[in-house]
Amino acid sequence: MSEKKLLMDKEALAYALDRMAEGILALKPDVGRLALVGIRTRGINLAERLKTRLDHLCQCDVPIGALDITLYRDDLSQLASQPLVGETHLAFGVEGREIVLVDDVLYTGRTVRAALDAIVHYGRPQRIILAVLVDRGNREYPIQPDVAAVKIETAPNQNVQVRLEELDGEEHVLLVTKGPEDTHF
Amino acid sequence: MTEARKDEKPLEFRQEHLLGLEYLSREEIECVLHNAAALKPTLDQKIKKMPTLLGKTVVNLFFENSTRTRTSFEIAAKRLSADVINFTVGTSSVAKGESLLDTARTIEALGSDIIIMRHSCPGACHLLASHLRSAIINAGDGCHEHPTQGLLDMFTMRERKGRIEGLTVTILGDILHSRVARSNIWGLTKLGANVRVCGPRTLIPRGIEELGVEVFYDLEQGIRDADVINILRIQRERMDSNMFPSIREYRLLYGLTHDRLRFAKPDVLIMHPGPINRGIEISQGVADGEHSVINQQVTNGVAVRMAVLYLLGQARAQKIEMEKAE
Amino acid sequence: MGAILIKNGHVIDPANRVDARRDVLVEGGRIAAVGTGLSAPEAQVIDASGLYVFPGFVDLHVHLREPGREDEETIRTGTRAAAAGGFTSVCAMPNTTPVIDRATGINYLRSATQRDALVNVFPAAAVTVGQQGKEITEFGDLIRRGAVAFTDDGHCVADSEIMRRALEYTAMFDVPVLDHCEDPMLKRDGVIHEGRVSMMLGLRGIPAVSETVIVARDIALAEYVGGHVHIQHVSTRRSVELIREGKRRGVRVTAEVTPHHLALTEEACLTFDTNAKVAPPLRSEDDRQSLIEGLRDGTLDAIATDHAPHTDIEKDMVFTEAPFGTIGLEFAFAVCHGELVATDRMDLATLVEKMTVVPAAILRLNKGTLSVGADADITIVDLGLEKTISRGTLLSKSYNTPFLGKTLRGFPVHTLVGGRLVYSNGKIV
Repeated sequence: MSEKKLLMDKEALAYALDRMAEGILALKPDVGRLALVGIRTRGINLAERLKTRLDHLCQCDVPIGALDITLYRDDLSQLASQPLVGETHLAFGVEGREIVLVDDVLYTGRTVRAALDAIVHYGRPQRIILAVLVDRGNREYPIQPDVAAVKIETAPNQNVQVRLEELDGEEHVLLVTKGPEDTHF
Repeated sequence: MTEARKDEKPLEFRQEHLLGLEYLSREEIECVLHNAAALKPTLDQKIKKMPTLLGKTVVNLFFENSTRTRTSFEIAAKRLSADVINFTVGTSSVAKGESLLDTARTIEALGSDIIIMRHSCPGACHLLASHLRSAIINAGDGCHEHPTQGLLDMFTMRERKGRIEGLTVTILGDILHSRVARSNIWGLTKLGANVRVCGPRTLIPRGIEELGVEVFYDLEQGIRDADVINILRIQRERMDSNMFPSIREYRLLYGLTHDRLRFAKPDVLIMHPGPINRGIEISQGVADGEHSVINQQVTNGVAVRMAVLYLLGQARAQKIEMEKAE
Repeated sequence: MGAILIKNGHVIDPANRVDARRDVLVEGGRIAAVGTGLSAPEAQVIDASGLYVFPGFVDLHVHLREPGREDEETIRTGTRAAAAGGFTSVCAMPNTTPVIDRATGINYLRSATQRDALVNVFPAAAVTVGQQGKEITEFGDLIRRGAVAFTDDGHCVADSEIMRRALEYTAMFDVPVLDHCEDPMLKRDGVIHEGRVSMMLGLRGIPAVSETVIVARDIALAEYVGGHVHIQHVSTRRSVELIREGKRRGVRVTAEVTPHHLALTEEACLTFDTNAKVAPPLRSEDDRQSLIEGLRDGTLDAIATDHAPHTDIEKDMVFTEAPFGTIGLEFAFAVCHGELVATDRMDLATLVEKMTVVPAAILRLNKGTLSVGADADITIVDLGLEKTISRGTLLSKSYNTPFLGKTLRGFPVHTLVGGRLVYSNGKIV
């Protein structure tokens, strides 16, 4: 049996996103060059929510894109099945942009490593800011977030699950601890 | 551009080789098309290269000349960072009487991960697949199949028409000797298109109705209300074996001209796997006209072949990983 | 040679209408007695309880490949395979290198078989010199030296005039002409049956009509000039109908069918298995059914294996380049028994007849019976014995068969040739 602990409820999640938007602006980006890029799948939904906040705070229309990192992953051979490649949309062009790379959970850093690789294949951005909802530690690559709403230390038998209304029909963040009999999440 | 799917079967690709569309399930074909659609935008990236097949060796083993298909595979493999080796018959020991299997085994011993082969004999890729460990991609085996051509044709149809199910597709020309026709028939019928074949009676194999296609010998009837006409190249050597009387008569009976297009739907797509015999199976006007998507087919071919290379490379990496674990 | 007493077996000897439990006594290389409760104190006893005792099988159509292709098969290995399959007499096809088309060829074959053969080998000689289809061979001389039939097998006698003269001339000697009926112009470079599978695989087809036209021609010629034409490896429904009609008209036409044509169809080629590439090709299910029907009603006289060995090197090629042919001696009975008797389409005695006395009669051989005084060529079969066809167990030098890896039932356990036990319980004696 796995044990679930609520990290954030719906209100806490909304507040965390407010703080993330403020955190991004605290880094004093050039708003005219700012663009949000969400990492498939939940990073895209979080980027959309951040866009609403940033547009409101700056009275602007921040362009938003989606990034699929499948082809850039370094762990493809270890997966049980072939992941479907998702579409990448970076219609605004990354050249000279200040890109906010958005993901839900930062863990080993491998996803971000792949995402950085992917982005530079589309051009040379001025700057990349990494914004995540939860930093759960246990990094394997030297990658750190610029903005993180929550930082917690987790054990290998734990997992952080971000559940979003539009995808999952519920809105909260859980810390799941798997029991000894569970083999995987 | 993803078609709404009625059933909910996952889009999984469970093949180690791509030998023909006969052997793929509908879901596997959908999986390739889905990935190709996601990959197509990467063709416009600033750096048109992804690390997916970094350190992997892809060998183009072509026993028949085909600059187009070989180049398309080569570009697709290079976009995924594979090392690509082109092995052509003229410069090899095949000319010295070495058997196909020995040639292929030599290539594998040199470290191939994926072998892309074109050969004049149907089933040549099956022979390799049953004796080697590399993933085998059939780039055309005689008159049997040319699966990536079939996939790119379907990709182009879906891109332009938004769907494949319910489309009326006429395959026009020498069906008997066409690997493109066979791959199209297998793929299109699996995806629910209404497939017709049209051509002279001597060039349509007996009993082809069994594959779920309608047969027409008259061009005007064959293309009536068609959404897509896929025109096959007519090969002059067939004339020498009395399969039809003359190029002139073929053009007269089956050449697709602007005038004849009026029998098809007003928004009909004109496709051709190339290379084109202008003025024989297709008129200059039709080849270059508003309905023609012949150049788009070539571009889409790269995306489709990238998808195939990705899926097979992935399947192979997993297989090796599993063998290591055992 | 010591006497052998085969005790308590179920004897089937179609020529003498025996189908019952009997003992068989062999003395001096001949059948000495067939009866119940036989005893012979000096004789070696073979306990055949629960087993069947048949006259040794006779195969009208075998390629021993010697001289010339000893890498594929030799007289020694081919006749060992024959013994293991219960065949005690085989007719060797002349398409060797060189072709058996003159006295020296037959003489060589006779001395080589005397030295190496484990079973009786009866040579067939070519109809035309070098099997080139241009000039007929010295039939009279070849017959005197031991040729039992004439054939250009591997090729059709395409020239109708030559076929006419061959039938006309050999009729003087009462020797059959065996024809491989495939019109080369209609066959061209076809590799499998023209039908559903060729349509799917894009392989060039060999239409059924390529056989039909030659069978019709051969029957018409035999009727006209009065020779004995034997149609080899019949594969199509129309051929069966033409032969049936020819026999009704009194034409001297006989015909054989192979175990693989009885058991398999074009579907065996779907995986591009070159071991299923044979000439004539494996045909449709409808054709196959007509062959079984033809065998039942006597239109098709005999079962012949067309044992055609080819090496792995030759068969591990792309389909169009691989040679035609499959081996068959060692499991012909099992295949036919499974396809015909186990399915109740034919009784065991009829199957035995078509593998013994009938093929012997086609070649005018005094073989295929257990009559007292006949050569003691005997096959003792265990109908329940199962074997998996594999490289490890085949005695032929080649392994080219679509039955490789398949488990079949009904195999010989003992084979006697001329009163001598040559094969026993899986081993050459």
